[in-house]
Amino acid sequence: MSTSERVSTRTDRPTDREQQVLDRIDKARRRKPKVREERITLAHGSGGKATQTLVEAVFLDAFRNPLLEPLEDSASFPVDAGRMALTTDSYVVSPLFFPGGCIGDLAVNGTVNDLAVAGARPLHLTAGFILEEGFPVEDLRRVVTSMAAAADAAGIRIVTGDTKVVQRGKADGCYINTAGVGRYEHSRELGVATARPGDVVLVSGPVGEHGITIMLERGELDIEADLESDTAPLNGLVASLLDAVPGVRAMRDATRGGVATILNEVARAADVSVTVHEDAVPVRTEVRGASELLGIDPLYVACEGRLVAIVDGEQADDALAALRAHPLGAEAAVIGRIGDDPPGMVLLNTAFGGTRIMDLLVGDPLPRIC
Amino acid sequence: MRFVDEFRDAEKARALSAKITSLCEPDRHYKFMEVCGGHTHTIYKHGLEDYLPENIQLVHGPGCPVCVIPMGRVDDAIHIARQPDVLMTSFGDMMRVPGSGGNFFDSNAEGTNIRMVYSPLDSLKIAKQNPDTHVVFMAIGFETTTPSTAMTVLRAAADGIENFSVFCNHVTIIPAIKAILDSPDLRLDGFIGPGHVSTVIGCRPYEFIARDYDKPVVVSGFEPLDILQSIYQLMLQLTEGRCEVENQYARVVPWQGNTVALKAIHEVMELRPYFEWRGLGFISHSAMRMKESYAEFDAERIFDMPGVRVADPKACQCGEVLKGVLKPWECKVFGTACTPETPIGTCMVSPEGACAAYYNYGRFTRTRVREVSAHEHV
Repeated sequence: MSTSERVSTRTDRPTDREQQVLDRIDKARRRKPKVREERITLAHGSGGKATQTLVEAVFLDAFRNPLLEPLEDSASFPVDAGRMALTTDSYVVSPLFFPGGCIGDLAVNGTVNDLAVAGARPLHLTAGFILEEGFPVEDLRRVVTSMAAAADAAGIRIVTGDTKVVQRGKADGCYINTAGVGRYEHSRELGVATARPGDVVLVSGPVGEHGITIMLERGELDIEADLESDTAPLNGLVASLLDAVPGVRAMRDATRGGVATILNEVARAADVSVTVHEDAVPVRTEVRGASELLGIDPLYVACEGRLVAIVDGEQADDALAALRAHPLGAEAAVIGRIGDDPPGMVLLNTAFGGTRIMDLLVGDPLPRIC
Repeated sequence: MRFVDEFRDAEKARALSAKITSLCEPDRHYKFMEVCGGHTHTIYKHGLEDYLPENIQLVHGPGCPVCVIPMGRVDDAIHIARQPDVLMTSFGDMMRVPGSGGNFFDSNAEGTNIRMVYSPLDSLKIAKQNPDTHVVFMAIGFETTTPSTAMTVLRAAADGIENFSVFCNHVTIIPAIKAILDSPDLRLDGFIGPGHVSTVIGCRPYEFIARDYDKPVVVSGFEPLDILQSIYQLMLQLTEGRCEVENQYARVVPWQGNTVALKAIHEVMELRPYFEWRGLGFISHSAMRMKESYAEFDAERIFDMPGVRVADPKACQCGEVLKGVLKPWECKVFGTACTPETPIGTCMVSPEGACAAYYNYGRFTRTRVREVSAHEHV
């Protein structure tokens, strides 16, 4: 009896303290979650508490929007009747941060642009992260912040996502996959196969800046230049072009393989010839200089914020004016023309005054040795 | 862009083209060989042949250092790369050159570590950063790149680096030109001399070509106007009945060459008795090897080399193309079995190779391109 009393009295006083502790835990749980680790560990990918903290403190914090917030397995949203566009792209760029951007805004802009140049209005994106054990959380925050800013700039939302962590050495810091859906707000059929003789080829700005920036940033060359990646969302530019010019046949963003590769796709798909005037292609001096030194051709170098448009020749001036009226198209130019002969081929009229074939590149552009 | 645009001026090109045409005897055909792969590249990249009259033909010579490396040497390099704790480095062009069992990319997919570098010094830097790994630099190239390999070995020796060596495949241009001149099935009217090589060896080594073989030589720069001017100088020599070595690239090439570079080469390397050239076969005294005194930097002495000779594929006519006897498109496998994606001969591998350059840039006949481009104007 006395024992149980003693026990109960002895538990009484600690109960208060226990309650205090429990209250503190409750309070802590209600507090905004915070990632205390400086580096990503395998626990962040385990699906447990650390994952939850990472998702809430890093991803949700940056991307917050009503579709993402429930953190359900799928984002759910209503759609209007009509046509949708769906695309996906993975980003593995090295280095992760470079002048003018990082893997984050690249991952948003790239997928936004794939939707935009298809003629769709980008709506929502997904974001999947593959993180390497040991990746600095601070770097992840920088990446995610730039994704959020890019999403804002493009007027889209990141509505669902996923995170995996792989062992050290099994990935290069951070890989991102984004998928995006967009809606067609017009009934025009765009596509490179619709190009026809008499059409003109436009680019929305100077070519090759992203690719050369990355090559220089890798530091293998000991060349420095005042260059930035051109990464940018093109949906605004595309919308102004489509609004102003009914005769847009096709658009492509000039990423891997550059402008030359796209024009080869046009030539093959439409069974037409494409003649490009080297003089007319806008290229910044820094890009030209680096390309000369490396023995590569800027027309094959990747851009991340430039589009190539094929437009009815009669509306070339309107298209040029529409592009130039937009800040991202201020240096747009007509660079070539579609013909019928020789079908399937791209010819380059060189600045020197000669003509040559501009074919698809085999593999990566490898620098020449002498 | 300064120092580039001046040498690509279309107006000056037209003027030179007219002067060249005016020197052509109407019934005569002229064949000039550009020895260097860099020239071949310029010619195709800028469409330079459009400025030449139909009766001047350019023949693409053996001066692509990647193209002349025989398969056996690629196999040897892969063999070295397969040794434990070895990291192999080479220039980018080498990565796609096929050995008998695949190229460096294929070999890397099977587990070797062969990396692309831009300079042998980068390779030495990798060695310093990875003291537990033996770093081998697969050295290729004519006299243009030989000095940088030699200087790197001298630097490695001075710094006491013990985990670095060179797999030496440097070749020399003069014996190759001589082999071509001695080839009975060849008809050439003159040579566009290799500019980069000449910055090192100077112009004097070509004098025998004019003296003993009665062929004019003009050492040329690499911009399209340089090459046009060199062709003009060759035509002028033929018209005036002269036969000399001239230096069009005097802004870079000293007549005596670069004595410092030559000294570095001869400190570290010596001529091999003979070396196999892809397509041209064995040519005596045509390549360099490391001297005994630098044996500790010589991958061929450090590693047990299989050194198996792999015959060129039978269908491949790289030899004839290198000698200028065949135009690339005249080869039996050009564009069918042999393409830049699946090269059989090395002329198709490097963008400087005559076949790759022709495949990428020149598949159209000049007349056809002219017809088409005449109709197309923005």
